[in-house]
Amino acid sequence: MNDIIAKDTGRWILDRPNSYIGRSVPRPNAPRLAEGKGTFVDDIELKRMVHAAFVRSPYAHAQINGIDTTAAKAMPGVVAVVTPQEMAEICTPWVGVLTHLEGLKSAPQYPLPLDAARWQGEAIVAVVANSRAEAEDAAALVEIDWEVLPVVVDAEKALDTDTPVIHESLGDNLAWRRNADFGDVDAAYADADHVIEDTFIFGRHTGVCLETRGLVADYESSEDQLTVWHNNQCPHMIQNILATHFGLEEHRVRVITRDVGGSFGIKVHTFPDEVTAVGLSIMLKRPVKYIADRLESFTSDIHARDHRVKGKIAIKADGTITAFEIDDLTGVGPYSMYPRTSAIEANQVVNMIGGPYLFENYRAEANVVYQNKAMMCQYRAVGHPIKCAVTEGLVDQAARKVGMDPVAFRQKNFHADDSYPKKSAQGMPFENLSHEECMTKMLAAMDYEALKADRAAKRDQGIYRGIGFASFIEVTNPSAMFYGVGGARISAQDGATLRLDAKGNVFVSTGATEQGQGMEAVISQVAATAVGVKPERLKIITGDTEHTPYGGGTWGSRAAGIGGEAVAQAGRQLRIQILAAAAAMLQEDADTLDIREGVVVDDDTGNERIGLDEIGRICYYRPDTLPDGFQAELVATKHYVPRKFPFAFTNGAQASYLEVDTDTGFIKLLNHWCVEDCGTVINPLLVDEQIRGGVVQGLGGALWEECLYDDQGQMLNANMADYLVPMAAELPDIVCGHATSPTSDSDLGAKGAGEAGTCGAPAAVMNALNDALSPFEAKLTGMPFTPKKVLTALGKI
Amino acid sequence: MKPAPFGYARAATLDDVFSLLAEHGDDAKIIAGGQSLMATLNMRLSEPEILIDINRIDGLAGIEDTGDTIRIGAMTRHVDVEESHLVATHAPMIAAAMEHIAHPAIRNRGTFGGSIAFADPAAELPACAVALEATMHVAGKGGTRDIAATDFFKGLYETAVGEGEILTAVSVPKIAAGWKSGFMELARRHGDYAIMGLCAHLQFDGAKFGDTRLIFFNAGDRPVSAPQTAALLNGQSWSGELSEKLSASLKEELDPPDDLNADGPMRKHLAGVLVKRTLAPLAGA
Repeated sequence: MNDIIAKDTGRWILDRPNSYIGRSVPRPNAPRLAEGKGTFVDDIELKRMVHAAFVRSPYAHAQINGIDTTAAKAMPGVVAVVTPQEMAEICTPWVGVLTHLEGLKSAPQYPLPLDAARWQGEAIVAVVANSRAEAEDAAALVEIDWEVLPVVVDAEKALDTDTPVIHESLGDNLAWRRNADFGDVDAAYADADHVIEDTFIFGRHTGVCLETRGLVADYESSEDQLTVWHNNQCPHMIQNILATHFGLEEHRVRVITRDVGGSFGIKVHTFPDEVTAVGLSIMLKRPVKYIADRLESFTSDIHARDHRVKGKIAIKADGTITAFEIDDLTGVGPYSMYPRTSAIEANQVVNMIGGPYLFENYRAEANVVYQNKAMMCQYRAVGHPIKCAVTEGLVDQAARKVGMDPVAFRQKNFHADDSYPKKSAQGMPFENLSHEECMTKMLAAMDYEALKADRAAKRDQGIYRGIGFASFIEVTNPSAMFYGVGGARISAQDGATLRLDAKGNVFVSTGATEQGQGMEAVISQVAATAVGVKPERLKIITGDTEHTPYGGGTWGSRAAGIGGEAVAQAGRQLRIQILAAAAAMLQEDADTLDIREGVVVDDDTGNERIGLDEIGRICYYRPDTLPDGFQAELVATKHYVPRKFPFAFTNGAQASYLEVDTDTGFIKLLNHWCVEDCGTVINPLLVDEQIRGGVVQGLGGALWEECLYDDQGQMLNANMADYLVPMAAELPDIVCGHATSPTSDSDLGAKGAGEAGTCGAPAAVMNALNDALSPFEAKLTGMPFTPKKVLTALGKI
Repeated sequence: MKPAPFGYARAATLDDVFSLLAEHGDDAKIIAGGQSLMATLNMRLSEPEILIDINRIDGLAGIEDTGDTIRIGAMTRHVDVEESHLVATHAPMIAAAMEHIAHPAIRNRGTFGGSIAFADPAAELPACAVALEATMHVAGKGGTRDIAATDFFKGLYETAVGEGEILTAVSVPKIAAGWKSGFMELARRHGDYAIMGLCAHLQFDGAKFGDTRLIFFNAGDRPVSAPQTAALLNGQSWSGELSEKLSASLKEELDPPDDLNADGPMRKHLAGVLVKRTLAPLAGA
């Protein structure tokens, strides 16, 4: 199903001879990782390094009346026991708000809370010892005089007048409210033949990274230099945050992110325990390691989703959609996360409801409320699974109402592929989307007619199978409109520096970062193509604020589309500069030369003229032989940020085929399809891996993953036995396909591919489930769809 | 997730174990495969003073044919049980259960005896042992004794193994002519502890059920027998009507607990489903 870009695209980078774009080039870092030789944070060992552990709050809300560290300090191996007040002396608090999210309010958050714990698992006291085990032994002896306070757990009750207020200074538990109104929804309702409404629930879940959060911080007082090996996605952002809150100059803070074992948006935030660990190194003037263990990760990593959305759709009898309306409520824990805030997910939901469809009337209210649970923030496909499932769930119900096939109903309402550029009902600019093409390709791949026949035949045997669809839009390649305009020091632009060495090899430094997703492969393909060398001639340098150009890192499906474009531009510039040197040596016009596979050739014939190794040798060792006045420049830097569009919207379609065991409530996933359009596909293998991995995380939210809390705010399943991540045995084949609508905002034309899978999978599963259960008039709209919920919906229990 | 400090002693013989147990009493824990114990230590749910490692004691591992039974040494790894021809031939219920015990990496280390002695009510092997009326062999300073499986499981993680004693082997009667075994569990993910599972051991007289044992796991604080329901099968052939009767009876007879995955009523419902799905094929229906 894969369509790889042909030549003669009119895009220089795609039309280059010996192009590596569109090829499944293996990852350059794969052998190292496969051999277990990666350098993850926990692999870093420094002299005089000590280890941090935290005393965490056992209560969801409790005042700290006193802390006694005497016994802990007396324990063997203990170096320091640090209280919130002590940490606050060297680190200023932060407030997770953005000015473009008008009205968003949050309370100052200290690395360790001064007055009260506001969620179970919040770090309260830091213990530093010669080993993590000794630190844990001592942590058990820290005595905190707690005064348990009433908790706010249920988001539905967070704004009630008799509910306690978590931060008195804020006045209430409302973090942010957004109202949006486009067109005339009430008139659309009056004019509609049907108005269908339903309530959709999205369980709170989290991104379970194989490598937990962690860092090694090393403050060298003689140089006032702080070096942090961190598994964060955004080294420059963290550099700025640490400098700001510890009162350091940014050039005195170096953040290094080597191998990262998955991040999914979890490692893109300011975690108080991590900031504290850095502070400990500054206090102690020695290296400190902090690695979150799996148990503390469940209650200190950010959580995501946890939305209740009441949705409405208005349709005409012929199946034309005329309006959408939603009321979204989400509980985000006790603070808004810094610096991205905890309001973005709700904002995305409001912005993207109804995305694939042509309609003009839209109304939304979103309430983001505080509660005493772990903090919520951006996780892979922020808001996307929610807006997609609400939209697609309503669309399916509407199709059923008017007796239309769900595919035909969608096709009737899609923005036509030839109707772009245009704006969505919410005013979001769409450059070029391909809903029709994606659906057509997917129907062919899944053989929809055969599936329908199978479904019917099985139903006769008492086997209940369902087919579910989800079309979607996805935000990728975010410009400065995403965070920068709101005052966050998060770079939307990215830079790349390419340098030719004396042997004809090229060093590529990029602001994009590797999280295990294969970004290094993508960068190497782009650089190899843009310069004209083989990928094995490249050395990719990422994740080091001292050695890479300023960049945003990896988030929002931006590494390929933005980081890759900067590399393309810098690669072309380096090629031009190399050819200038070659032209000087060969006494030729540079325009008649090109670089192919590391050799300067005559552009028209391909005749080999001089190797890059020879150019390197002459330029570095025998510049005296070059013409007078010619100075070779063999380093090129370029930066790139999307300017034409605030985001590169992508789109796609997914389908799920599943079987429901109506006696046990178990759901068996039989097959899954995703056809998406990420513009130029740089590496088909890696894109498909992104899609599949994303689908799996979406399936996790749909069927298994949920952070379960009791009414006292205690997380009940904060371990890998009880928190059910999706595992291979339960997963179906995931068939991937692509449409290709490159963005004109860049030469590469690549849009993001990292979140499409997660976006559409839950909706497809929900619709397939409800299709399977349609003979019973049972319907489920609350994820995850557990056996218990299915049996309850069927009236079996 | 680092364990509290503990001592470690590697026993070379059972006598070493008895001496160490005598010396440390309740402060000692025996470590076999460590697949449950290490997690509880790392989570600091258990803080023993000393671990007694029985991995190097000769004669504790292995599966042998003793005539009427097969004897499975306590230190036999799950993987060896899983691959055993003797087990497949003479204890098909256990053979069927093995692939549901966690995952291959865990089965490579985890032991048959460890699973029995740990007595997790959600685990497969204790229920199999009860359903098959296995005999547990226990040794202590004073000698050895045999405990019937039905008397062995005393409660949540509690067994009849006494102070200073250790489980050394389990003897499983060979399946007799005219008997069939069934095993089924419902787990949200393969390898998880089941929401509920059933070990059924049944005698057939032609198409009619004879003596029947139905043992459920994750249905109480130990393997849970349903003798009243099993008695309903005696002399009957499989039918939809019988199935309904069994389901209704199980709702009366069982009193399963609530947890994150299911509550009591759901488990009662699933018990009927498990019985139907396990017994119908065995009865040729």
